[in-house]
Formats: sequence, structure tokens, C-alpha cells
Amino acid sequence: MSSTHLSIAITGAGGAGVISCGELLLQAWARLGGRGLLRKAYGPQIRGGESAALLKLTEDERYTAADHYHLLVALDWDNFSRFEDEIQLGPDTWVLCETGAEIPAAVLALQPHVLEVPMAELAKSAHPDGRVNMLALGLLGGLLGLPVDSLCQLAQQKLARKAEAYQDAAVASIRSGCAQSLDCELHPPALGDTGTWYLSGNQAAGLGALEAGIRFVAAYPITPASDVLEWMAGGLEQVAGQLVQAEDELAAINMTIGAAFGGVPAFTATSGPGLALMSESIGLAVASETPLTVFNVMRGGPSTGIPTKSEQSDLNIALHGLHGDAPHLVLAPLDIADCVFTTGWAVQLAQQLQTAAIVLSDQFIGQSTAVVSEPRRCAAIASAPAEPSAGGDYLRYKLTDSGISTVASPGDVDQRFTADGLEHNEKGTPSAKHSDHQQQLQKRQDKLEQFDYGEQWAALSGSGPVAIVSFGSSSAAAAEAAVQLSASGTPARTIALRLLAPLQTDALAQALAECERVVVVEQNHGAQLYRYLRGQMDFQQPLHSYAMAGPVPLNAKHIAQFVAEVSAV
Amino acid sequence: MNNAVQLKAKDYKSAVKPIWCPGCGHFSVFNAITKAMAALAISKDDTVMISGIGCSSRLPAYVDSYGFHGVHGRGLAIAQGLKVARPDLTVMAMGGDGDGFSIGGNHFIHACRRNVNMTYIAMDNEVYGMTKGQASPTTPMDWDHSKLTPHGPGVRPFKPAALALASGAPWIGRAYSGNPNQMAKLIAQAVEFEGFSFLHVMSQCITFCPEQTDWKAIVHERGEPALTDADEAAKLFLHEDGFQTGLLYSERRATWPPESAVPQSEDALGQLAASFRV
Ligand SMILES: Cc1ncc(C[n+]2csc(CCOP(=O)(O)OP(=O)(O)O)c2C)c(N)n1
Ligand code: SF4
Ligand SMILES: [Mg+2]
Repeated sequence: MSSTHLSIAITGAGGAGVISCGELLLQAWARLGGRGLLRKAYGPQIRGGESAALLKLTEDERYTAADHYHLLVALDWDNFSRFEDEIQLGPDTWVLCETGAEIPAAVLALQPHVLEVPMAELAKSAHPDGRVNMLALGLLGGLLGLPVDSLCQLAQQKLARKAEAYQDAAVASIRSGCAQSLDCELHPPALGDTGTWYLSGNQAAGLGALEAGIRFVAAYPITPASDVLEWMAGGLEQVAGQLVQAEDELAAINMTIGAAFGGVPAFTATSGPGLALMSESIGLAVASETPLTVFNVMRGGPSTGIPTKSEQSDLNIALHGLHGDAPHLVLAPLDIADCVFTTGWAVQLAQQLQTAAIVLSDQFIGQSTAVVSEPRRCAAIASAPAEPSAGGDYLRYKLTDSGISTVASPGDVDQRFTADGLEHNEKGTPSAKHSDHQQQLQKRQDKLEQFDYGEQWAALSGSGPVAIVSFGSSSAAAAEAAVQLSASGTPARTIALRLLAPLQTDALAQALAECERVVVVEQNHGAQLYRYLRGQMDFQQPLHSYAMAGPVPLNAKHIAQFVAEVSAV
Repeated sequence: MNNAVQLKAKDYKSAVKPIWCPGCGHFSVFNAITKAMAALAISKDDTVMISGIGCSSRLPAYVDSYGFHGVHGRGLAIAQGLKVARPDLTVMAMGGDGDGFSIGGNHFIHACRRNVNMTYIAMDNEVYGMTKGQASPTTPMDWDHSKLTPHGPGVRPFKPAALALASGAPWIGRAYSGNPNQMAKLIAQAVEFEGFSFLHVMSQCITFCPEQTDWKAIVHERGEPALTDADEAAKLFLHEDGFQTGLLYSERRATWPPESAVPQSEDALGQLAASFRV
């Protein structure tokens, strides 16, 4: 029998290697054509704390966090309680743990099936340096019917830099685990096509940025965005790009402005606290019409908040955080694979429209890894025809029908100008005149509003009288809720917003034309998207807010229940 | 741009009229910069002036080169980003003591340490000119002309040269707005130096610190070859009066970024993408 998904949690003390175990399992599963998501949960310690690999093997790529676990593999029970919120167990859960280990009373109270395996002993007898996490990997491989050779090969690949003896110990442990037969009934989902990719949203964003032409990155580390920057550091070296580790986010954003002024597409990544520091200079990019992309991987806020966990609560600052009237682009990737597309699109739009693009990813899609079909790429946007002016009369901020003016870069012959954050006239000369201010404000607004963004502003799916509107990563839970609603006879459509600013109000109104009600789903406390939408347009139908703060992931079942409830009244 | 015709200093001035008060020291920095550009026969199209905010930071628009007038304190960051991305350009950053040592202080010390090949001219008038006369990090402790600090700032002023040295700057010079010819020579040297060159200019604010006209009597040329030893320079910068001019310290250090040793392949992007295939 095959079910739609199988959820497996692997937990253990830091250093026990649960994340490696989860990654190798998912990769071996992917090699067979399987789909799946791996979320990584860590305790607050930097190193040596407990961690959990939260796997969800699925039939499709609508990756939501599991809300119930079929199998818990506890390498040890140290601090298991830290994950109580996140790993939901029940009487149908199989708990696989070390023989004789003391199972927490809270776990026993749920009356799961308990399977005790002498993992430490088996690992020892397989190899003097046998590893319990690799033994558990073998056990899991056996349960899922994964080829043992594939697991061993993946492990060796991962451990390529370690000593041979270390690799031998891993392989022996995996083989020993695979050879055990366990009395445990699991129902893995059906396999799909092979030829998939395995990556995190942060890696996907880095790839999308480089493919779209980014060749300069300025970086200041912050969780959960550092790994975008770390991946790009390696990537940029290969494409003759540059990465500067800046002294702070103020420097990082201004370095990207400098590089972009030089005509080199520039990018930085950060999270809420860093975005707040950057906001003055994002305004400078808007005013001086310097293209740049700020990739913001959201975490729980405000202030230091919950740095390692996801939330969609930087929407307000991304939309409204700049001083003055400063129209700019705000986008959000819808899932891990879409990080390639949306980041590539954002980079191209920023270049084309000579403005700042803020991309709102979050910890959930940023740091989870998944098996995905080859990601879609953003086709190249045709660039505006250049109209170089004769020597001496170059107007950098020329008023045009599209609002877009020709941009010169240092080194270009006879197009000299001084870019300015001070209000300026068409030439770029500072001006405090009302007419210049009015014209330049209008120009900067026009170029964003008149641009044809095409079909990519949102992903539309399904039909039905209720529309679930979401942005970014909450779209997977919204889509899953719509599937559940349709299955129960109350079809719903989903509108997953990829372009948040400028909001495509006409297209959105059209997509909602036949809807009787709208439910706005988001992962934050303040209903930021709901309020934004209300402020931007008049809705013909009632609008309901389903806003839930992080860090617990959005739950599709709860969303479906909410939709059913508001529809019933 | 074709420099076949020898350009004069005035040819490096743009049509934009300075907003500075008559007698402001920043005029002579502007003159010295254009003089140095003429002396170096520098290409206007390949030179970029970058600044933050302040009276001093208005300078880029007055030069007929490319320019970027950024936000307060961040000129150095813009300049380094540009130079790293476009090493072919000549990049000069400039701004005031408030811009460079207060709000942009962190960028200043890190620019000294990073040693990107560019020039930074700090136009120090020991005051926030643009915001009408408040104390800056270089204002004397007892300067009581500001309503904001009516009894004087009461805080020891920075020694910018000492700070630059401690942060690793390899080229440190000082000039005075009353001697634009010497300043022009120092700017030319700074531009030609391979590395981060920091020129500290005593540039008087005639409006809020008229007493600075007295500098004329205090300023003196050091008149000795630049120190090349950091220990000796440290002693000099900690004990000097802050009014000696000239190239004070100069040492060769590897600039940043180093040349990349990573082999380039034409299909690098394809390979990066392929690394994610299962
Ligand atoms: C973020 C920010 N804070 C404050 C200001 C106000 N401000 C403008 S110029 C300036 C100080 C300028 O002093 P300095 O850099 O020494 O230049 P000067 O005018 O003396 O040449 C200040 C505080 C600003 N523009 N931006
Ligand atoms: S206020 Fe001072 S620094 Fe500003 S222009 Fe006038 S004299 Fe120069
Ligand atoms: Mg000043």
C-alpha cells in the first residue's frame, strides 16, 4: 500500500550526526525517483546542542512541514523535550530507539509502537569505530528498501575528506543496519521520475542570482542568510565575480551600490536586523536609480527574535521601511525550487528598472533541502533600447515615457554624471525645486508601474468560490489546504503572490472576479499581507485573515478548517 | 576620453556651482584635486569621485568626472565596492570629519585595514558644517560655540592619523587648505600610490569656526622623508600637534582583493547547476 507521505524524525545530541543521516537517506531516496523535504531543527546551542532531521517523503513537490510523524528515530533522548512542539507523535507512530534507553514519559504517554534496537552494540560489532547515526541510516534504508550500495556510496562521497578508516566505519555500520530485519510497518509513498535536483532554497537563490548575472556580492553574516552568501562565495570565484565580507550591513549595502554604479550587477543577502540597517541606503539606490538585489531570509522578529526559525514578518519593513516616497520592488519565492526563478527575476527586474529589489525568502525554504524537478529559470528580460546622447548633454535621469532612462557607467566615453541621493534634475544636478522633485518622484513611480510584469506576478491554481491568497513560502501550505478542501467537496483556488510591490491590483482583481470570499494566509502575527492588500485595493468580497506567527510551520489542515469555518457562516 | 590635448585644472571642473560659503577651505581642496588631475593627465571618464553627506561631500558634482554623492558616512563603502568591482577605474572618496570619523568611523578603520587601491581625502574642519556648527570627533574638548554642547564636547578629539595607522593604512599624509599647491602634489602622490592612501586635510570652516584662520600660523611642513616604520609613525602621530603637513607615512602592503587563483571555465555556471543534480 502506498500513502501520500511518510514523515520521519531523526533526533539526537549535537555531534550524533542526525542531519547527515537525514541528508543521505533523502539523497538515496531521490536516486530512486523519490520526492521529499528535509527540515533541520537545532536547539539554541551553537555547537553540541541537540538537533533533529525532519524528513517528509512525498509523492509530489508541494512541500509543507509534517504535522505528524510516522517514525521517530531517537539516537538518544537527551533534551528530546526541546522538540516536543515540532515533532508530533501518536499511537500510530513507530519509535525506534536504543535498547534499554529511558524513554521520556511524555512519549510513552502517547502509546506509540516502540522498537528497541541495540544500535550502539551493532555499530561496535560492525566496526571498532562504528557510528550509531550510520547504523540508523542502514536501518532506515532497510525499512524503505533503499539499495545499500547507494547509501554506502553517498556516505563515502560525503566523507570524502575524512580518513579512509572513518569511511570504512561508516560503510560497515550502514551495511550492518541494512541487514537487520525490523518488525515495523511503514508505507513509503510512490516513486516518481528521476533526474531531480537536491538543494536548499538558499543555494537555489544563489544559483538564480549568478545565472541572472550577479558578479558582485557584499556580505555580512546573519542567520539564516549566511549560507546564501557562503554558497555564492564559492560560486562567484568560478565566474570571475567578487565577494567582499563587509564590516556591517551599512557597508554591505553601500558596497553593492558602488559595484552596481560601476555597471556590475550586485547583490547582498541578509535577515530582518540587517534589512533594518540597510534601509537608509536602499532608499539611496531608489533615488540614485542604482540597481541592486537584497535577498532577505526572514526569521522570527522583531529584534533578535528567533534567529534559527522561520516567520514571514519582514513584509512590512520590506514594503514600507524606506523613508520618503521610495517605490521599489518586493518579491517572494514560493518554494525551494522557485528561489532560482524568483531570485533570477528579481535581479533582472532590478537591472532593467534601475531600482532596488527586496526578495523575501525565509528560514523554512532557505535552509530546508528538498528533491525537486529541475528548477524553472527566468527567461532573459529584453533590455530597454539605449539612446546614447551626444557628448556633454547626457541626461542620466531623463524623463521618458517608460520612466526608464539610459544608464551610463564610469568608463563610458563622455557620459559623465554624478549619481545623487539628493533630489536632482534630469542631469543629476541637485535641485530642491518642486517641479524637479515632482517629476523625478513620478518618473521613479512610473517606471515600476508601467512595466509589464507578465504572468509571473503570482501562481494561480484551482477554481472555486473561495480564494486563498498567500505570498512566498506560506503558499505550499495554502496549496495543500486547497487540495484538502477540494477533496472534501469545497473547492478553493490559490493565488500565491510572487510580486508584492508593485502589487498587480488589476490582475489580482481579475483573478478574484468570480470569488465569493478571500482568505489571506501568512506566517506572522500582525496580518501584514492582509492589511497591505486591504490598503491597496477595494475587494468586492469579504476578506478573512489567517495569520499565524512562527516558529511552528503553517499547518494546511488548520488552514482548510479555517476556510471551511468562514465559508459556513 | 581622448586626452590628446593637455587638460588644465579648470578643465576638470564641471558646470555645477559650489554651494560653499566664500572662504570655505573646501574650495582649495576642490582646486587641489583638479590640479592633481591635470598634473596626472588623468582620464575624466575613468575617474570617479565618491562622497557621503556634508558640505565637503558636495565636491563630486563639481568635478567633471563620474561621481556618486551617497548618504552620510557611507562614501568609503560605495567607493570600495566600486573599486573591487571595477579595478580599472581611479577611485577617490572624500568627505568631512563628521562623515568619515563619526557616522562612518567603522568604514574608515576597515577601509584602512582592507587596503583597497584607492584614495580617501578627509576634509577636516573639526565641525559639522552642513548642520550648522555642532562638535565633531575632532573638535577640541573646550570648543563651546555649539548650542548642542554649550560647555564644549568635553571629550578628547580623535587623532585621525593615529587611528589610520593603528587600523593598517599604508599611506598617510596631511595637507592644509591654506596651501593648495602642496595639497595638489600630495593628492597626485596619493592617487599614484598602490593601496589605500589617506590624506587628512585641515580644511577650515570659516563660518562656524572663524578661529581656524589662526591655523595659518600653526601649520608647518614636516619636511622630512615619509616614515616607513609603523613604530616610529605611531610615536609621531601620538605626540605631534596634528598640524604638520606632508607625506608622513608610507609603506607597501599587499592590496585587496588578491588576484584570483581559481581556474575559470567557460561552462562554470553549467557546472554549478549540475552540482545539484541527484
Ligand atoms: C543619517 C544622517 N544623519 C544625520 C544627517 C545630518 N547631517 C548632514 S551633514 C552632517 C555632518 C557633516 O559634517 P562633516 O562630515 O564634518 O562635513 P562638513 O559639512 O563639515 O564639511 C550631518 C550630521 C544626515 N544627512 N544623515
Ligand atoms: S559651513 Fe563651513 S564647511 Fe560648510 S561651506 Fe560654509 S564654511 Fe564651508
Ligand atoms: Mg566637518
